[in-house]
Amino acid sequence: MALTVDDNTLTEKGLNAPKDNLGRVLLLACGALAHEILALKRLNNWNHMELQCLPAKYHLYPEKIPQAVEEAVHKYRDDYETIFVVYADCGTGGLLQAKCAELGVEMVEGPHCYSFFEGNEVFAKTSEDEITAFYLTDFLVKQFDAFVTRPMGLDRHPELRDMYFGNYTKVVYQAQVNDPALDTKAQECADKLGLPLERRYTGYGDLEVTLRDIKA
Amino acid sequence: MSDEEDIILSELSDDELVPQMHDDLYDGMKEEIEEGVNILLERGWMPYDVLTKALVEGMRIVGIDFRDGILFVPEVLLAANAMKGGMAILKPLLAETGAPRLGNMVIGTVKGDIHDIGKNLVTMMMEGAGFEVKDLGINNPVENYIDELESGEYDILGMSALLTTTMPYMKVVIDTMVEKGMRDDYTVLVGGAPLNDEFGKAIGADAYCRDAAVAVETAKEFMAKKHNQLSA
Repeated sequence: MALTVDDNTLTEKGLNAPKDNLGRVLLLACGALAHEILALKRLNNWNHMELQCLPAKYHLYPEKIPQAVEEAVHKYRDDYETIFVVYADCGTGGLLQAKCAELGVEMVEGPHCYSFFEGNEVFAKTSEDEITAFYLTDFLVKQFDAFVTRPMGLDRHPELRDMYFGNYTKVVYQAQVNDPALDTKAQECADKLGLPLERRYTGYGDLEVTLRDIKA
Repeated sequence: MSDEEDIILSELSDDELVPQMHDDLYDGMKEEIEEGVNILLERGWMPYDVLTKALVEGMRIVGIDFRDGILFVPEVLLAANAMKGGMAILKPLLAETGAPRLGNMVIGTVKGDIHDIGKNLVTMMMEGAGFEVKDLGINNPVENYIDELESGEYDILGMSALLTTTMPYMKVVIDTMVEKGMRDDYTVLVGGAPLNDEFGKAIGADAYCRDAAVAVETAKEFMAKKHNQLSA
């Protein structure tokens, strides 16, 4: 049976899935990547991989990520042959990379998910010309209020919008799947920020390549 | 209907009005702050006293509660916006009345980075503390910092970055200052969410400042050291 989980749970609690005894590889991921990883598992029949997610809200507090990853690695280490951390640097300033090296586990290359969805090489070339872009992924479009509206206080103080976003010139929606409902929601997000929307289909980008290359 | 009676600021004594302004600043009430500033000026207060006793002290309390996790970024921004309203009234008067100047600073967000909330808070608090601040804005290449430093009599360079991808650029600026033999002429302060003390040391900054209040205190300490060295 396919594992399903709602977005609010992924944001607040992550994914704590029961072990199915088939998996030799644990993907320890950000909750914001759960849908994409589960889709890739289904598409590729990666039955040797299992998924556990940390709360996606750590996106707002990157300093919490290294310790949370460390605790999870210790928790699951004896149950799997390999643990792979499905985070990029994600605002940890190299601290997650250092922690993973210390723990002897590998992680995703790149600065953040916006980069590996687009492809790290491409993103590195284009991002210099796009410093005024505010990026959204499928998950962030769906959880816009949890990651933007509420933590920035825009629900209570909409007048703060231009203090936060006055220097941005566009919203770039990196679409992992083609879904008209998400396109509509992305437009609503851009409208809330007072910025034009650029939709860019990325698919799963380097995420698929990276997961395929994991050695069990 | 609210149980609270409306407070008429002009009917408060000075001893009541100043703490009330601290509360209003804490609550981000810009119009009330502007009104309070004007009332104190009309009562003959020196602009510098209004600034330090009503506004800066109020923001100091905001800064403490932000550091302690009682207030969050949106509330700090509202408070800063209220202080900005008061500062706009006071700034021209401060220049006229010869308020004490502690030093001169150049500040800017580094190349590739457009985030300026923290930098703007530091600018405002530094001005409130008596520093003259030249704000270079966002996305500054090394030339902007160097040209500005060479064009005036500055004591401090402040650099800000929010992204882990842009913060290494601070080292480019510091290395260029070293190459030009001008590094030791300035105190270099760095700040931004992904930075830490280790990073500040690694790139050769004088100090990492975790928030605007720390930036002000650190700047004051370095200026005092400089003053002591000059007079020794």
